[in-house]
Parts: sequence; structure tokens; C-alpha cells
Amino acid sequence: MYELLYDIFGSEIIAMIIAACMPLFLFILPFALIAVLLERKVSAHMQDRLGPMRVGYHGILQTIADILKLIQKEDIVADTTDKKLFNMAPVLVFAGSYAVFAAIPFSGAFIGSAADVGIFFIIAVSSIVVAGILMAGWASNNKYSLLGAMRSAAQIISYEIPTALVVLSIVMLTGTLSLNTMSIQQTAYFWNWNLFGGAADGFVQLLLLPFTVVAFVIFYISSLAEVNRTPFDIPEAESELVAGYHTEYSGMKFAMFFLAEYANMFAVSAIAVAIFLGGYQSPLGYLGNTIGVEWLIPYEQLFWFTVKGVGLVLVQIWLRWTLPRLRVDQLMTVCWKYLIPYAFVNLIIIGLISLI
Amino acid sequence: MLTEFGKIFIFILLAVVFVPLIVYVAKFIRPARPTKEKLKIYECGENPEGSPWIKFNIRFYVIALIFLIFDVEVVLLFPWALTYQDFGFYGFMVGIIFLLILGLGMAYEWRKGDLEWERPKPIPPILDDEPPAENEELKEESLTI
Repeated sequence: MYELLYDIFGSEIIAMIIAACMPLFLFILPFALIAVLLERKVSAHMQDRLGPMRVGYHGILQTIADILKLIQKEDIVADTTDKKLFNMAPVLVFAGSYAVFAAIPFSGAFIGSAADVGIFFIIAVSSIVVAGILMAGWASNNKYSLLGAMRSAAQIISYEIPTALVVLSIVMLTGTLSLNTMSIQQTAYFWNWNLFGGAADGFVQLLLLPFTVVAFVIFYISSLAEVNRTPFDIPEAESELVAGYHTEYSGMKFAMFFLAEYANMFAVSAIAVAIFLGGYQSPLGYLGNTIGVEWLIPYEQLFWFTVKGVGLVLVQIWLRWTLPRLRVDQLMTVCWKYLIPYAFVNLIIIGLISLI
Repeated sequence: MLTEFGKIFIFILLAVVFVPLIVYVAKFIRPARPTKEKLKIYECGENPEGSPWIKFNIRFYVIALIFLIFDVEVVLLFPWALTYQDFGFYGFMVGIIFLLILGLGMAYEWRKGDLEWERPKPIPPILDDEPPAENEELKEESLTI
């Protein structure tokens, strides 16, 4: 994609700026538009309600109406807030979640940056979000915000460890940090996915299979916690903390927090897809190869990546309306006493097997 | 020549520019009519009572410390995970010894109770007095009626 733009514009900087805009305008904004509506509709139908019905056919224009509303909202910054930090916080939160998209391979021809450190960069840069959330909570000068921010930070940093350990075990299996290389290794059919033991030979793959499945489950649970989704949504527990760390925000700044949240939802799903579910590879072989149309393949890859990513987001929504919220002490117990020891043992076993 | 990290930098730059830009553009559309009540901190409609900028619960601090140890360890393990297969079983054991020492540290924390998130334990009031005898009489009376 970058090469193509470079050919058109002849300038590296312009080509890269446009390439960097693409995930935002082609992916995150449309995705947020659809996902907000999807969440409301899915939740409504799960609870035997109808959800938004008035704006457009079955409420399909509801999110656009919401955005129009948010643009017209007054931007209230209370007197006693720390204004500098208050205004900087949404920038940091959004930057942290958007920078992740730089290393995600959407398709073989559409990767922001092909740096070899891929997944390591993602783990590092997504920690900026924690700083942003703490800033938002502290600067708001509001008790609910501060409590929400503290809980959120404690939760995100705690669950980063099982995530990193699981990623580490997959790195040991594949021997690469680049998400693009990982996706290429999982090519051909779906039994080559890392979820099913990777692209090893028959026997080794069979040995690996139970442990990679456990790894995926641990990764998915902790990624839910990292984006503050139910059952780990205590930072935004509406019944006790109003809206958590963004209680004091209104108008476009609130919208930015909201956008960052949905960007994060897709980002963790995309990482799970790239690591475990074969990345952008088709599970059933490519149509482009069969009928001999080469240029079709990147689009097919983009299609499969989106389908898998949105599928995982749907599972997140499904879980939200199925499971009740955990208590703080339960949340910490799950992370420190279950997930981390399991991830440790899993890491050692996967490392030992992949030596064979 | 733009390196791969230069591309990442442009990504971050774009995200940093995007948010203030959107907020600034919305400035031309949105109203700005602040009143005294609007500019107060939200506290369920009451006047805010006291400052939230106080000493905070120490448990969060302990969690942050433990996280720091583990995170540094994970960062150290990434280069090992990439290359250990070149050194065979020996390379594997080097990492495992490192992991075992960490596991020992975690077992210590666990035993010491730093991983426990204390819950408020409601203490039921202890009633050491016998209920007054009058009540018994009242009861009996009411029963007779």
C-alpha cells in the first residue's frame, strides 16, 4: 500500500501520512459506527427488546445521529480541574490505542510499519493508555473519576502480565516478533493456525494443541480485561462510579475516549487474530489462486482479517450481555492466582515442546 | 529514506494531531454558555464535599510494584524467546532458571499475602447482654390475649 502511494505521490512523507490515515478512516471510524449500533442492537435482541428503531430503517442511522449530537454538545471544563492534564488525557489515550494499529497487518499489502519488533512494540505502546487514564482521573478532581482511573490502571497493568507471557510463549513457538511473519507462517488451511498448534509437523502439533488452546483462552480473557469490557468493567461500573474516569468529560473529548475504547476493542481482537487465528490468511485457500487472478488476493486477505476481527468483537459483545461484573478482589484473584501461574506453566511446556 | 520506525512515528504523530484538531473544529459548532452550576464537579447534584486529591489506598501501589518486577522480566525474556532454540536444551534451561527464581519470588509474595485484595469484613455486633426480661413478659401477655 505504502509503495503504491509512494509511486503516485513521489514523496515518502506524503505517502506515509496517507498510509497512516488509512486505518483511521477506513477501519476505526466505520468500525466504531457499526460496532456501537451492533452492540445496542445485539444487546437489545438478547434481552428481547428492539433497541434503536426510530432513526432510519431499524435504527441504522442511530450512531450518526449520536455523533451529530456529540459535536453540538458544550465542552464543559469545570473550574477546579487541572486544565492542562485534563485536555492532554484524551490525546494520550487515543494516541496509545491508535499507535497499536501501526504494527497490525491488515493484509499482505496493507501494513503500517513492517518493523521486526511488531508485537513487542504493541505491548510497549499500549501502556501509554494507562498514563492517559490516570491523567484523566486525577485531573478531573472528581472522586468517581479518581476511583475509576485507579481501578482501571490497576486492572490494565495486572492483566498485561498474562497477556505478555502468552505472547512470549507464541514467540517461542514461532521464533518471530513480527505479526506479519506470524501470519505468513500460518498460511494454507486453518489447522495451521497457532490456535491449533501452529504449522509444526503432525506429532509435534498434536502435542502442542492443548497448550496453544489454553494460551488463546488466557489471551482472550486478559485482553477483555485490558479494554475494560464486561465481566471486567469495574472501572466504569455504572451503578457505583457514574462513568469511571471520563465522568467529567463532555462533547468531543468524551467522544474521543469513546472512539479510543472501540479502537481498542478492535485492536485486541486484531492482535488475537494475528497471533492465534491465522492473521489475514484465508482458512480455506484463496479464490484468487484458484481462478488465477493475482490482484484479488490482498483484498481477500483484508476480507478475512475483518471477518475474524469483527467475529471476536461480537464475542466480546456477547460476553458483555451474558456475564455479570466481577468484584475488585475477584478480579485481582483471577489475574494473579490463576492466569499468571497457568501462563507460566504453559510457557515452559510450549518452550519445551517446540525444542523437539 | 523513511525507516520502519519513522512510519511508526508518523502514526503516533497523526494520532496526537487528530484529537486536538477534532476538538478545535467542533469549537465552531458547539455552544459555550458556562454557568456557575455547570462549572462545578459532578457529585450526584450535591455541592462537592472535600477534595479527592488525598492519600490513596496503598494496595494499588503494591500491585504496581509487583507489576513492575514482572514487566521487566518479560522484557528481558523476549530476546531469549527469540534465540533459545539455537542453543538447544542448554539455552532453554538458562531461561527456565531465570523463570524459577521469579516463580520463587511470586510464591513469596503469595505467601506473604501481597496478592490478596482485602475485602471489608463486616463484624457482627456482639450481644453479651441477655435480652431484658420484660420482653418475655410482654410476649407471654400478648400470647394470652
